Amino acid sequence: MTCTVNGVPRTADDVWEGESLLYVLRERLGLPGSKNACEQGECGSCTVYLDGTAVCSCLVAAGQAVGREVVTVEGLSGGPDAEPGPVQRAFLAAGAVQCGFCTPGLIVAVDDLLSRNPHPTDPQIREALAGNLCRCTGYEKIMEAVRLAAGGQA
Amino acid sequence: MMDFLTPVTWADALAVKADRPEAVPVAGGTDVMVELNFHRRRPAALLDLTRVPELAAWGRDGDVLRVGAGVSYTRLIEELGGLLPGLAAASRTVGSPQIRNRGTLGGNLGSASPAGDGHPPLLAAGAVVELASVRGTREVPVADFFTGPKRSVLAPDELIAAVLVAPADGPEQFAKIGTRNAMVIAVSSFALALHPGRRSVGTGIGSAAPTPRRAPEAEEFAAAHLPWDGPGPLDPDLARRFGELVSAAAAPIDDVRGTAAYRRHSLSVLARRTLTWAWEELCE
Ligand SMILES: Cc1cc2nc3c(=O)[nH]c(=O)nc-3n(C[C@H](O)[C@H](O)[C@H](O)COP(=O)(O)OP(=O)(O)OC[C@H]3O[C@@H](n4cnc5c(N)ncnc54)[C@H](O)[C@@H]3O)c2cc1C
Ligand code: FES
Ligand code: FES
Repeated sequence: MTCTVNGVPRTADDVWEGESLLYVLRERLGLPGSKNACEQGECGSCTVYLDGTAVCSCLVAAGQAVGREVVTVEGLSGGPDAEPGPVQRAFLAAGAVQCGFCTPGLIVAVDDLLSRNPHPTDPQIREALAGNLCRCTGYEKIMEAVRLAAGGQA
Repeated sequence: MMDFLTPVTWADALAVKADRPEAVPVAGGTDVMVELNFHRRRPAALLDLTRVPELAAWGRDGDVLRVGAGVSYTRLIEELGGLLPGLAAASRTVGSPQIRNRGTLGGNLGSASPAGDGHPPLLAAGAVVELASVRGTREVPVADFFTGPKRSVLAPDELIAAVLVAPADGPEQFAKIGTRNAMVIAVSSFALALHPGRRSVGTGIGSAAPTPRRAPEAEEFAAAHLPWDGPGPLDPDLARRFGELVSAAAAPIDDVRGTAAYRRHSLSVLARRTLTWAWEELCE
């Protein structure tokens, strides 16, 4: 199976085309940034861009991603050793990361929100993040992080 | 080993489905992939519909809109919010942005859940489902499409091509009861369409019967008693009676999301409210 991941053409072997894109990313391509917490679209921790659209990678069949462009949380900074991107910095600055399990999916969802709506209102932020569950922070710090990122202050 | 079939044209897709009627179509995957991930289903073949451009298109076809089965909720909201406000309102309540980006109207019909949020507004608008196979095309009114919980008239060699629906010619409303605001399956839902030009009313009930269904008596009552001639404030008794008739049309059951009695009650409230809102919109 071949697709473009974070700008680089990648090939994964022995893929069963009905397995999820999330599984391919984590288990076959060594990209553990996208998390697997529910495998049923409920938690958003596996959120990636597929051809520019934010989706739950656990609900995309591997065969559906063939030839498509995938961007994961790893693609939003320059790479594992590079500086974090602006949304990532805002999450750190606001203390919006506790266990961190929800964070990668949230980073992609926030990146998506701000690319469409650079100055969201609080209700718009809540709506945009309705599909991303966090069991630790109670969301207030996450709201704060989004406001920071939107203000370009991080 | 499972086959993964990837037609890239509509004609191909129909030919593949005729050849492999047991193949399970997958569009947005928001229902199918959950079943696969949890090993609830091991189909012999998956038929990917996301590479068939015809399914992702919508356009005018004479007096009606033809909305391809592969149009996502996000696109229904962004591109068809003005022409089909009831369907767009229902789409806004589906899942989360990620689910709306991926989930399709055709997938909602294909799953045929009594709780599918796309169904009540299609019922209220009098929409028709276009089904196709290599044998030909047939048009089935949405009200006749569902045959039971998660069952429909779709034949094994058929695919859902599109939904045919007239653009709104009056106010449309959708309301849904759930346990919280986001990411909930409806406990009950209701859609309403007013057609002031021909003085008629359309309804659609969700999550309160084995299939989504209309409330024909409520429709007739409202059509006959709404003050079409001199639009003014709505008589509260009329709205209440309408709510009772909608509730009477339901056949709800008790389940984990709610009791039958609560479903009936909430439906009467939703129906009364949506009629009031729609009438106010008409009078504006
Ligand atoms: C977290 C989460 C939240 C959800 N919230 C809601 C909600 O609030 N309201 C709601 O109504 N639904 C909800 N759903 C269910 C689901 O998103 C919808 O039913 C959606 O419309 C399914 O569309 P899909 O394209 O993803 O379908 P798929 O999963 O691809 O397919 C669904 C079914 O339709 C069949 N199918 C798809 N396309 C065709 C076609 N063209 N011809 C014939 N058969 C076809 C498939 O074989 C399958 O049986 C939710 C799902 C998840 C995971
Ligand atoms: S793992 Fe995909 S949404 Fe939870
Ligand atoms: S920080 Fe633990 S789930 Fe969000």
